[in-house]
Amino acid sequence: MLKGRLLKDKIARHYMLGATIVSILLLFVIGGGLFYKSLPIIHDKSLWTLLTTSNWRPFKGDFGFASYIISTLFVTGIAILIALPLSLLTSIYIIEYASPRILRAFSSVVDLLSGIPPVIYGVWGTLTIVPFISEKLAPHFVEFSTGYSVLAGGIVLAIMIIPLIISILMEVFSAVPKEMREASMSLGATKWQTVKKVVIRKSIPGIVAATVLAISRAFGETIAVLMVCGNFTDLPKSIFDACYPIPALIANNYGEMMSVPQYESALMFAAFILFFIIVVFNIISRLVLIQIDKRYQL
Amino acid sequence: MKKLEEKIFKFLMIGSTVVILSILLYILYVIMKKGLPSLSWEMISQIPSGGFYLGKEGGILNAIIGSLYLIFFSVVISLMISVPVVMYLNFTLRRKSKLAAFARLTFDVLFGIPSIVYGAFGFTVMIYFGLQASLLGGIIAVTLLIIPVMIRSIDEVAILIPNDLVEATKSLGATNYETIKVITRQLLPGISTAVLLSVGRGIGDAATVLFTAGYTDSIPTSLTQPTASLPLAIFFQLSSPIEEVQNRAYAAALVLTIIILTLSFSARYFSRRLSKNKI
Repeated sequence: MLKGRLLKDKIARHYMLGATIVSILLLFVIGGGLFYKSLPIIHDKSLWTLLTTSNWRPFKGDFGFASYIISTLFVTGIAILIALPLSLLTSIYIIEYASPRILRAFSSVVDLLSGIPPVIYGVWGTLTIVPFISEKLAPHFVEFSTGYSVLAGGIVLAIMIIPLIISILMEVFSAVPKEMREASMSLGATKWQTVKKVVIRKSIPGIVAATVLAISRAFGETIAVLMVCGNFTDLPKSIFDACYPIPALIANNYGEMMSVPQYESALMFAAFILFFIIVVFNIISRLVLIQIDKRYQL
Repeated sequence: MKKLEEKIFKFLMIGSTVVILSILLYILYVIMKKGLPSLSWEMISQIPSGGFYLGKEGGILNAIIGSLYLIFFSVVISLMISVPVVMYLNFTLRRKSKLAAFARLTFDVLFGIPSIVYGAFGFTVMIYFGLQASLLGGIIAVTLLIIPVMIRSIDEVAILIPNDLVEATKSLGATNYETIKVITRQLLPGISTAVLLSVGRGIGDAATVLFTAGYTDSIPTSLTQPTASLPLAIFFQLSSPIEEVQNRAYAAALVLTIIILTLSFSARYFSRRLSKNKI
């Protein structure tokens, strides 16, 4: 009887340890696997050529990622420019000014927004943002735009990363100790001065971390971007031009990549670039957030 | 002057809160308005018949069933991995263990990895084993995608379980495994929430299944056959130039949105019950 119990305990312990190690290794296996797959193209072309030229002719063996990289940066930049101010203002209001009831109701809104699948954002974007740009907005600035553009991608992405930024910011702001706010108020500062000079200043590392996480989320977003960006391999000249971010490139070409030599390796290299940047960004921002958590716990 | 600045910012803050709220309502409104007219019983109870993609008869039952298959198996597999991992991190290792901290950081990073990377990696794994795009391939990719979602979500609840409970069980002479069995009962609401969250994440994701699960008009009968899925049904039908087919994409989008909303509300219900029973 006793032995059976101990044996069960031992098996369970090994199984749990095994599951933990396997799931930690997953990160390294994914990185290693993608890197291994992209080795042929790195050997053949040199990293520099791949990243800085923009000739993309897989059938002739030209693989230049520059225009995809620039598209990704462009779209992500616009998304952050729109999402960050909105999220900052909203989360300060929710945490510092709003009543607990509004706080609870608004966290449902954030949950719902973050739960909506990318493909739904894509459908919504093609139905609303794309025609709005091509019919109402673009005619003021350029002669012609289909609406499938950098700007459309940026707006849709912005909406997709807003719930992520807000949920982190809400935690970051609530982590600022109440005593600090009270100390500031008792010295005669107004509510707004306290928010500006104490809460926001104390939260700057957290705000940076949230932004970096949001950037990495926007980098990797695929389907929604694929649906509204236009997917045209050329350097976009204005925000009303079509563009072709890296994730869309991978998603669009998986069908034909098997038939062309090096094509598979090139696309896996694209996936590896995404993986690498996102992992680095994630580690940095998570470490910052963990520090914040530690400092105020106790 | 001071007052004016505060007023302006308060106005901006309320404004942006309202903007975000109205974006959510606007998205739901557009999806409903476009989807409702094309949504019919036929849509959700039939598989595509001949000429479906030219606007003829049929429905998206293949995609609905395909998505359910994918998510069901993926959730079962990831539960078998996630629950033991969380138990190990919280109740076997010491609270301040370095391994646990490292593991948590890894899961945070895995959580941030985009689904297209899981899809691409799943695809290379499939090629390595000589698999075609299939239900099995899709299950592998979706499982990888939701494991970090599940671990993080269960872990959030497990951390809240008081150490006293663990110590009380152990002081009665229970082994680690027996302690965990006791704690699992405490964790059940948390696990349910985690399952609902992962189902939501997995069922709506297109980029993971794009490479790995393929697409087909029939309902798969074995693991090695390709399978349709709801997000891809939306994606493919929307890119059609024919209006009837596009309308079906909107109807499919509405079906997916209703599924997601139901999941989201039940998750909230569970987590509210959880906070009521907290010790």
